[in-house]
Amino acid sequence: MTAVDEVELRQHFEATIAHDQRIEPRDWMPDGYRNTVIRQIAQHAHSEIIGMQPEGNWITRAPSLRRKAILIAKVQDEAGHGLYLYSAAETLGADRADLTDKLITSRQKYSSIFNYPTMSYADVGVIGWLVDGAAICNQVPLCRSSYGPYARAMIRICKEESFHQRQGYELLMTMMRGTTEQQAMVQDATDRFWWPSLMMFGPPDDASPNTARSMGWGIKRHTNDELRQRFVDMTVPQAQKLGVTLPDAQLRWNGERGHYDFGPIDWQEFFAVVKGDGPCNSQRIEHRRRAHEDGAWVREAAIAHARKAVAR
Amino acid sequence: MSQLRSDWPLFEVFLRGKRGLNHVHVGSLHAADAQMALRHARDLYTRRNEGVSIWVVAASDITASSPEEKDPFFAPAGDKVYRHPTFYDIPDDVPHM
Repeated sequence: MTAVDEVELRQHFEATIAHDQRIEPRDWMPDGYRNTVIRQIAQHAHSEIIGMQPEGNWITRAPSLRRKAILIAKVQDEAGHGLYLYSAAETLGADRADLTDKLITSRQKYSSIFNYPTMSYADVGVIGWLVDGAAICNQVPLCRSSYGPYARAMIRICKEESFHQRQGYELLMTMMRGTTEQQAMVQDATDRFWWPSLMMFGPPDDASPNTARSMGWGIKRHTNDELRQRFVDMTVPQAQKLGVTLPDAQLRWNGERGHYDFGPIDWQEFFAVVKGDGPCNSQRIEHRRRAHEDGAWVREAAIAHARKAVAR
Repeated sequence: MSQLRSDWPLFEVFLRGKRGLNHVHVGSLHAADAQMALRHARDLYTRRNEGVSIWVVAASDITASSPEEKDPFFAPAGDKVYRHPTFYDIPDDVPHM
């Protein structure tokens, strides 16, 4: 390819983005765009796959058949979301086995929230309410991502996430109508997950160097702080209705800004968890690695069977 | 580092959402063969009754136009405005046209 060709291709790419049209798999795109989108989709896919574990922990101890069926459906959805996203990453030339390998050797990251333990059944409800609520805040704008296959995967995912959030909130409402012990479980789970949920939006804007470029490319639609504020504003009335206290003494309505003010986030904790020092990091990766290796004989047997069937 | 690699080929998945509609591409998945791809497609893409019929096809069997040849490839249709009904001027008072 000549330099002139590349200038022309780049102009075509930038015009497509400027017209808010989608980039599709076989289009020319700058390497930086391709790599950024692959990294973002892979990190998102890994989060869905690792995200099965904290809740999967409670499937065998669900308090009723109804709750068990709901929880199984939800964990299956997380697996499905991971697979939609891996499929989108593959349209950019990423290799599925390679992505799995990068996850289980910790060369690619997943959301820090899944490194926190689930201590009681109330956590299942709070994860649906806060964690999936924060995920929805993050993900709804991604339905307009400039990369077509990612945007289309996000549309499917967002439709299904709505069930996740609602089942969580309903579970919590049920517990809040229960005994004082059950109410205390809900408050305890809220206390533990509130701050990590706010951290899900990523570092503050002034410490997020790639945000401007990603927004220019339409890979990201809002800054981390904008989305975090939106989440807080949406969640405060839900907490009031539920009857739980959000663990932040500085949380109050600011009429001038038209938003809730909230206290400072412990970014040291965030970076420690991202770096691998969260309560469950090694357990999560170890579990995923074991599942992958334990499944090797099934993958090999299936391919052997398929080859035999062709030979016959 | 894990030495295991999945040999399962990639299949593209097409769904008919309901009777009367075309199959539409929804994504892809890996499977050992086409039969397994169909089952995986059911589990992955129709968990909420999104389809009444599924097609799977090995991604390697798809031949696609190339974006680079966009203009010349689609040029034959570009200058044939007379193929569209709006090309023809018909007075407004002619009924049922």
